[in-house]
Amino acid sequence: MPKVTIDGQTIDVAEGTTILNAARQIGGELVPPAMCYYSSLKGSGGKCRTCLVRVTKGSEKDPRPMPKLVASCQTMVMDGMEVASKSDPSVVEARAGVTEFLLINHPLDCPVCDQAGECHLQDLAFEHGKANTRYEFERRTFEKIDIGPYIKLHMTRCIMCWRCVYTAQQLSPERVHGIIGRGDHAEISTYIEKSIESEFSGNVIDVCPVGALTDRTFRFKSRVWFLNPMDAHRNCPACSGKAVVWMYGDEIYRVTARKDKYGEVHDFICNTCRFHTKDRNDWVVEGARDIDRHSVISQGHYAENAVTVR
Amino acid sequence: MTFMERIYLPAILKGMWTTLKHFFRNVFGKTATLRYPEVKRDFAPVYRGWHVLKRDEQGRENCTACGLCAVACPAEAITMTAAEREKGEENLYREEKYAAVYEINMLRCIFCGLCEEACPKEAIFLTDRIVPTDYVRQNFVFGKDMLVEGVEPEKRIDVKVRQKHVTEKK
Repeated sequence: MPKVTIDGQTIDVAEGTTILNAARQIGGELVPPAMCYYSSLKGSGGKCRTCLVRVTKGSEKDPRPMPKLVASCQTMVMDGMEVASKSDPSVVEARAGVTEFLLINHPLDCPVCDQAGECHLQDLAFEHGKANTRYEFERRTFEKIDIGPYIKLHMTRCIMCWRCVYTAQQLSPERVHGIIGRGDHAEISTYIEKSIESEFSGNVIDVCPVGALTDRTFRFKSRVWFLNPMDAHRNCPACSGKAVVWMYGDEIYRVTARKDKYGEVHDFICNTCRFHTKDRNDWVVEGARDIDRHSVISQGHYAENAVTVR
Repeated sequence: MTFMERIYLPAILKGMWTTLKHFFRNVFGKTATLRYPEVKRDFAPVYRGWHVLKRDEQGRENCTACGLCAVACPAEAITMTAAEREKGEENLYREEKYAAVYEINMLRCIFCGLCEEACPKEAIFLTDRIVPTDYVRQNFVFGKDMLVEGVEPEKRIDVKVRQKHVTEKK
């Protein structure tokens, strides 16, 4: 079992664990942010570079430090490895630079965007970003595309994390969309605006770290912090049926899969659950979902179920 | 008590003199009150009253129904419903999303100005206008008809003076 030290905290992890996952096993402030890595998607990671860390000691056998910052989601731990995450100023500076790059073409339309409040890029920019932009040129813009009746693709907001491509590839029998073009011209596309018709296509909305892929049935309906996220389940023949229903009073505004504290879904849900069952009676509501008190979603409502006084 | 204190007359006259002083001052001199609404008192430049939802120079509504004012509101007085801007409505709304319904309950509102501070679109401002009185509670729920300023230049509501003072204070 390799022993790895991250920001002074030591942990024994299994062979072949990445630095990011080892950090997540420790938890806390030292966990690097990740915009593209997604633990339940094979092959994801290594694209956004926000999870950069400094390896100050390679391993017990070869204690030389790694010459450059490494992407922690792609680098496996070695026995005796020592890693500096948030404690190293150069790492913090590099992440600020990466954030600036991610925000170069990202529009400042959080007041309009449905993802605001649960957006990973917002969190990243809040923690690592800079207050001002140095970019003086016109930002890259695209027309909004409807991918089928349920999903809206707003390429302007995309940060090219590839998560949705992996999702579509790994959850549906045939590959339905990918990335066309290169460099600055790269864009997520279905090629000639073909709709995605897989039963699990709605999951691309959940895996998207920004508001590039959004739910058309929830579009501009409400803001996430006005809604009450409740754990709920239903008997679904296609998927696990475990989901989060976002309620306003007794009304279900939208349904999403359950995300863990790193915003990752492990039980993907089907389109029937997500888009077609928005009646309160379809779901068995288990109770209020545990939301981090620093999140804006926890604003304005009670964490526990209020008792009705009659 | 001395004799003078026991007859009480000096104390009565002294008290009477105070009363009469105020009486004459109110009848012949300057009064402390004003005859509102004919006469209006000058407000402090940072006075917080009746809100306005601003339009931009082209007359388009600034508000994009982002909900930040409602989440900042400590009295939970603000509610809104968003709608998507259709093609051909670009001259009405500045952003692709707009508030189809925007309501402030003026009985709930405590005029703290946090909505104004939270607004990312410079849409909502507090003004020096007093909220009019009414007999019916329902009439205090101000919708967009009471909040959005007019398109015409004479119907615009100037918030520049107040904003200048607010920003200077910071």
